[in-house]
Amino acid sequence: MSTHTTDSLDAEPLLQATELFKAFGLTEALDRASLSVTAGETVAVMGPSGSGKSTLLHCAAGIMKPDAGSVRYDGRELTTLSDGERSELRRTEFGFVFQFGQLVPELTCLENIALPLRLGGMRRKPAEAEAEHWLATFDVTDAAHKRPGDVSGGQTQRVAVARALVTTPRVIFADEPTGALDSLNGELVMRLLTQAARDSGAAIVLVTHEARVAAYADREVIVRDGRTKTGVLA
Amino acid sequence: MSIGHALLALLEAGPRHGYDLKRAYDTHLGADRPLHYGQVYSTLSRLLRNGLVEAVGRESGDGPDRKRYAITDAGITDVEAWLAAPEKPEVYLQNVLYAKVVLALLSGRDAQRVLDAQRAEHLKHMRELTKRKSDGDLVDQLICDHALFHLEADLRWLELTTARIDQLAEQVRTTTEGET
Ligand SMILES: Nc1ncnc2c1ncn2[C@@H]1O[C@H](COP(=O)(O)OP(=O)(O)O)[C@@H](O)[C@H]1O
Ligand SMILES: [Mg+2]
Repeated sequence: MSTHTTDSLDAEPLLQATELFKAFGLTEALDRASLSVTAGETVAVMGPSGSGKSTLLHCAAGIMKPDAGSVRYDGRELTTLSDGERSELRRTEFGFVFQFGQLVPELTCLENIALPLRLGGMRRKPAEAEAEHWLATFDVTDAAHKRPGDVSGGQTQRVAVARALVTTPRVIFADEPTGALDSLNGELVMRLLTQAARDSGAAIVLVTHEARVAAYADREVIVRDGRTKTGVLA
Repeated sequence: MSIGHALLALLEAGPRHGYDLKRAYDTHLGADRPLHYGQVYSTLSRLLRNGLVEAVGRESGDGPDRKRYAITDAGITDVEAWLAAPEKPEVYLQNVLYAKVVLALLSGRDAQRVLDAQRAEHLKHMRELTKRKSDGDLVDQLICDHALFHLEADLRWLELTTARIDQLAEQVRTTTEGET
């Protein structure tokens, strides 16, 4: 084991969501949920289905506005930013991996990975060169010129992880990234994701209901009925 | 884990000294718990007594480490029977945890804390195994995965019990009232 248990209180958190509330009609999806992430750490957000994990991720990532509570990222309060400012922040600072459906079906896998760079203004050649590098790193080069619908689930998800990493985000939000995969492909995706994040110093917010997936994280936060508790004992 | 059967199975490749047997065992099976020499020799003398191994080609001097051991036909039959017989599924941990939860409820303590503490401990161990797996070879991976799937099963039970804790508390309460 390394030094002592990483104490998240030691380092200034990079992302801190505090006492979030969010209701959908009568459903209280978040009922005082908090989450803090320091630079480079991987935090698993665990809990039963419907407990509010995805809602917490959406609020922490600035995709959704909480009804109350604060989300601070690197000195900025996300809940008071304009929609435009928040989406700019998401594009430049965050990466996203979902269970499925995040790739553009009309584009090839290579174009999908290059897309975030193109949206950031990079020219096609260098963007695709960068994308090729990721395809090679994740051992999916043969998917380069195929569309997402024409490759396996495991390959699709590796492409999705590459797309999330290509802009070297500081936080990667992954919502059930292995949810649609078998054990072996799930393992592979988790290894690649955590290894690449470690190499680039990115933090990961990893939403999962599977303990074996959560075991790739440095620590866990448990969500139950919209409320969080941290799982690490002293 | 039956050390006797493991040693017998290792002897099927050919006669060995106790020392070599210990090394073979540690290499293949003893990652967490290498054998003590004492265990090796006491096990071998039991196998010898039961006719499952025999001493061969005794070399000069005595003392147990001078002997080479070979598996007998009875020993081979024994290994075969052991390998063919399924293991009794391990349900021990759940019993202890279940008892702790019920006793916490009976004594008016917070049973959820028992479950939370156990979940945190399980996850901590799962993280260690995952790390070890990532640094290890295929054998490490298989060993760690086996442990990980078992721990995951325990965690599912903890989660389910958490979801039913109020129901269980109610049942424990009415049963207690029935006692008096
Ligand atoms: N867009 C929505 N509209 C209505 N209800 C929603 C919406 N999103 C989530 N919910 C509800 O909020 C609760 C939490 O959902 P969610 O955050 O998706 O949980 P989890 O990701 O843990 O399964 C659930 O009861 C869910 O039905
Ligand atoms: Mg969800």
